[in-house]
Amino acid sequence: MSATGLLSQLLQLAIALALAPLLVGWVNQCRAWLQNKSAPSLLLPYRTIRKLFLKDAVVASNASPLFRLMPYIVFGAMCCAAAIVPSLATDLPFAYAADAIALVGLFALARVFIALAAMDIGTSFGTMGARREMFVGFLAEPALLMVFFTASLISGSTSLPTIVDTLAHRELAIYPSLALAGVAFTMVSLAENARIPVDNPATHLELTMIHEAMVLEYSARHLALIEWASALKLFNYSCIGVALFVPFGIVVEGADWLAMLGAAPALIAKLVVGGFALALIETLSAKMRIFRAPEFLGTAFLLAVLAMLVTQLLGG
Amino acid sequence: MRQDLLPLVIAAIVAWLVIGTLGLARPRHLPFISRVLFPAGSAVALALAIVALFAMSSPPQAMVLPLGLPDLPFHLRLDSLSAFFLLLLGAAATAITLFSAGYFRSGEGTPPGLVCFQYHGFLAAMAMVLIADDAYAFMVAWESMALASFFLVTAEHRIPEIRRAGFLYLLIAHIGAIAILLCFGVLQGGSGDYTFTSMRAQILDGAWPSIAFFLALFGFGAKAGLLPLHIWLPEAHPAAPSPVSALMSAVMLKTAIYGLLRVTFDLLHGQLWWWGVAALALGLATALFGVIFAAVQTDMKRLLAYSSIENIGIIVAGIGLTILFKAYDKTLLAAVALTAVLYHCLNHAFFKSLLFLATGSVLHATHERSLGKLGGLIHRMPWVAWLALVGTLAIAGLPPLNGFVSEWLLLQAFLFTPTLPQSFVNMLVPVAAAALVLAAALAAYVMVKFYGVIFLGRPREANLAYATDAGKPERVALIWLAAGCVVLGLFPVNVIALLDPVNTLLLGSSQGDTIARNWLMLAPINAERSSYSPLILLLVIVAVVLLTMQVVHRYYHGRVRIAPPWDCGFPAQTARMQDTAEGFGQPIRQVFETFFRIERHLPSPFDEKPSYFAKADDHFWYWLYVPIIRSADFLGRVVGKIQQGRISVYLTYSFFTLLVLLLLVR
Amino acid sequence: MTTTLPLFAQLINLFAAILLLLSFAMLAQRRVLSLIDLFAAQGLALATSTVIVAYATKQPHLYFSAALTLILKVILLPWILHRLIRKLDVKWDVEQLINIPTTMLVGIVLVVFAFNLASPISQLASTVTRATLGIAMACVMLSFLMMITRRKAIPQVIGFLSMENGLFFAATSATYGMPMVVELGIALDVLVGMLILGVFFFQIREQFDSLDLQHLEKLKESE
Repeated sequence: MSATGLLSQLLQLAIALALAPLLVGWVNQCRAWLQNKSAPSLLLPYRTIRKLFLKDAVVASNASPLFRLMPYIVFGAMCCAAAIVPSLATDLPFAYAADAIALVGLFALARVFIALAAMDIGTSFGTMGARREMFVGFLAEPALLMVFFTASLISGSTSLPTIVDTLAHRELAIYPSLALAGVAFTMVSLAENARIPVDNPATHLELTMIHEAMVLEYSARHLALIEWASALKLFNYSCIGVALFVPFGIVVEGADWLAMLGAAPALIAKLVVGGFALALIETLSAKMRIFRAPEFLGTAFLLAVLAMLVTQLLGG
Repeated sequence: MRQDLLPLVIAAIVAWLVIGTLGLARPRHLPFISRVLFPAGSAVALALAIVALFAMSSPPQAMVLPLGLPDLPFHLRLDSLSAFFLLLLGAAATAITLFSAGYFRSGEGTPPGLVCFQYHGFLAAMAMVLIADDAYAFMVAWESMALASFFLVTAEHRIPEIRRAGFLYLLIAHIGAIAILLCFGVLQGGSGDYTFTSMRAQILDGAWPSIAFFLALFGFGAKAGLLPLHIWLPEAHPAAPSPVSALMSAVMLKTAIYGLLRVTFDLLHGQLWWWGVAALALGLATALFGVIFAAVQTDMKRLLAYSSIENIGIIVAGIGLTILFKAYDKTLLAAVALTAVLYHCLNHAFFKSLLFLATGSVLHATHERSLGKLGGLIHRMPWVAWLALVGTLAIAGLPPLNGFVSEWLLLQAFLFTPTLPQSFVNMLVPVAAAALVLAAALAAYVMVKFYGVIFLGRPREANLAYATDAGKPERVALIWLAAGCVVLGLFPVNVIALLDPVNTLLLGSSQGDTIARNWLMLAPINAERSSYSPLILLLVIVAVVLLTMQVVHRYYHGRVRIAPPWDCGFPAQTARMQDTAEGFGQPIRQVFETFFRIERHLPSPFDEKPSYFAKADDHFWYWLYVPIIRSADFLGRVVGKIQQGRISVYLTYSFFTLLVLLLLVR
Repeated sequence: MTTTLPLFAQLINLFAAILLLLSFAMLAQRRVLSLIDLFAAQGLALATSTVIVAYATKQPHLYFSAALTLILKVILLPWILHRLIRKLDVKWDVEQLINIPTTMLVGIVLVVFAFNLASPISQLASTVTRATLGIAMACVMLSFLMMITRRKAIPQVIGFLSMENGLFFAATSATYGMPMVVELGIALDVLVGMLILGVFFFQIREQFDSLDLQHLEKLKESE
């Protein structure tokens, strides 16, 4: 692990931390445009996070230390994931410490801690949110793993640098199984990032909320960290989608500052398009009943399994 | 060339028997038993673990003891496979025995001295199973194990359900034992010599190897809790006292796995690919079954019992994969799969016993087993709660703890399968990997339910306010197990280096490259293919967490205000408004409705005393066991007609027997 | 792991995957209107892949059959179905005999079965895109499953039509098209079948006041 490698790694992490709230702001702006409303500023998420940091934290009287520790752990896990996902370059040193399966494991770690912290206070909202979140997670996590396995069957490895290298270097080969995996991945991302049609990120009605129910008790700096971690999660998922399905432009040979900064415009362009597509999907769909969520996610899971089978059949 | 390790193991077994017998001297004198005998047993277990550690890298040693039948004395043998499972036994038993020192109190059913005798007899019998080298010694030890554990399970024998659970357990154990005996009969191949050495030399042909394998799968599967012979596990584990449940779940199930490995890879010569597919399918079905049922349980120990069924399913699925690879002569990949299997055995021993012991502490502190009457115990029992959190995270398969490592290895083994020649198997494997991943995700769900309902939230009963934390010996035991989970998770390469001799023994290949490469990073084939470094992952997460705390507290502030929980305008929030265990499992019950036999009674709006009743029963009991019980009953009654109760009839029987025999002799 | 196939073969593989995706999505659909839209999309994918095969193998008659598919399956049949639905005043959710997740699980098993079945057969074929035979068979099986597990009449009809889609795709991709006579015959059969089925639906509705096919069981002789 050389010093330049370490610095490049930190650069990617810093860019991820800086751009994540901007992505959320962009998606909100697109949604407002599509719904013919005037949009809030693009920098609103940053201002929200700063405002939250300045406030006093209000903690419930029966909270355990787990409750106050959780936002930091979740934020740490998301930062770790951001360092692993090859958004700007593939040859980063930290990417060898965790492969695709460990990445999904990190997301699972964050999810379990959020659910446990939600159950900590012992109100009906928290426990209901925890139950729903674990339920969405139990189907979404296998689906995400199956998508990664499809990519790893094609590239012969589960190490993210190798996967992206192989997929980026192909001579305009079209992988049919990736079409199926792409649809599955989109469905999983919608579910995991608490977007319509699975969950409404803007709601606070208890009949409909999953994500909001779990963080109902949090305030101030804890909530700021959780919001930032959610934004990072959306950013990570988008970067995974970019890396697996449209990896052109990611620096694959070596990783130095200049090359990575040169790859940043490509990334930003892809995220702009991806954010708009997300807003489009959200506007065109209606939120499903919570009972339909297993069907939705089950379809995603089985599509991903189908993608793996097609890889076996067609060899690519 | 060390020849002294096997006598040391035998010495440990004898020591346990002595400790047990000493407990019989004054059965009701608790201080002696709990302060001297149990800690002594724990020390012996630790010594056994250390001996096994050395024995793993030593060549096999054999011995013949002049006990047993005149022409079949006890043959004993200590090779890497036995040593690995002895290490598992020793490490887990150290903690569990220490915990029992503080756990067994007098007054409920069996006196403590008797329990001490049965407990140490159980330990000794298990160790004996692991070093037996001929069928007779094996069966003697196996039966003693079953008997000792039966008495331990029915320690509180005044309660009828516990007696019934014990009977069911003993019945299925014996059915399994018959199958194992038949398997040994097939393996000796007509030579009449029942030692394992001669069985290794036998080359069976035709259908006999398959018959032997499936008999072994049936017999050892009955003890391990494979479908459909799992029916005793959810009854026996909750009925037994917690340390006994822990020992059974962590160690006894693994002796069955040891038996299966020994027969399949050591005593049988070649393996066939369709055995592997059968074991894989059976293992995955068991895993999914176990975890789906665990999600709807309301009794904490039953939940953990079903979770054990799930983990055994995963282990057997891994064994199936190993057989599949070995049948196609891909020994390097088979080594990866076998390493995953052994690692998971070790992991399961640690985190399952940790969780069972934690439930033991909770049971002692609150006298409640039902999840509907617990809650909020993290405030009253911090030691137990935080250590149980380590166990929960480990069993859910989260990095950087140990559950994730074995799951990772197994998934890596699955991803190598596209290289197999048969296309049917190649297609089947993505589906199998999907099933495995589904089981793992559901396990996380179940464990969040388990931990959240017991330790988090608010107490659901008023008397939970009097719960006290665990005592000193219990704490030490829990810390030992939690530390084991952490160490096994952070240093996988060293553990694999430890396990490697077993690969060489059973499969003839080793993972030397992996180990030689880099102690920090686990890369089974090479680093481009896949790699995982839990230590770095942990360090990075911890660094980010600490850095964030520092930065936030320095640039902003760390002020906190304490307030009542948010109640959204409802003034009367009680502890009963939290999710119950049934509530938490409701989504799973709804999605997997066809797997259960649900009996539900919903209250109507006109009920004066509305009540809600839901029971999720096992289909197997009604489809498989009840018909067998009924036909056995019927047969018994038919045969019972012979018993007429009149002397003249019995004399007629004897007369006819005499006539027939005289005819035959002529 | 990837052998470099010519471009058109890769495109055919891609369309095969899209076809499988659409068949699977039809299995998971709840609403009849989306079912018809998916069927139209399937027809479009089929037409496009036929055009690609026609261009690559230089068989001009396949352009004609692609046009036929387009007119029939993308425009005419969905229009007839929409009209039928409006006339019968039917907009229900699809009702099934077994719930959707189980249906999809059975679907996966069928796909594995179809892939396995197809691999020895596809070794015999001589075209570059022979691997898509398995996918075509899987589409046929999934449509059959859809026909079996639906209770109302319209989804069953759509299942029958998409089964024909799967067979057509098998013909074009594995054997580079069928004789024109066969094509025209099949197309005519399908069209006539649709018209007759439309008439039947009205009759069923007249008789039983509902299009639930379980009512047809009343027609059997009771013991």
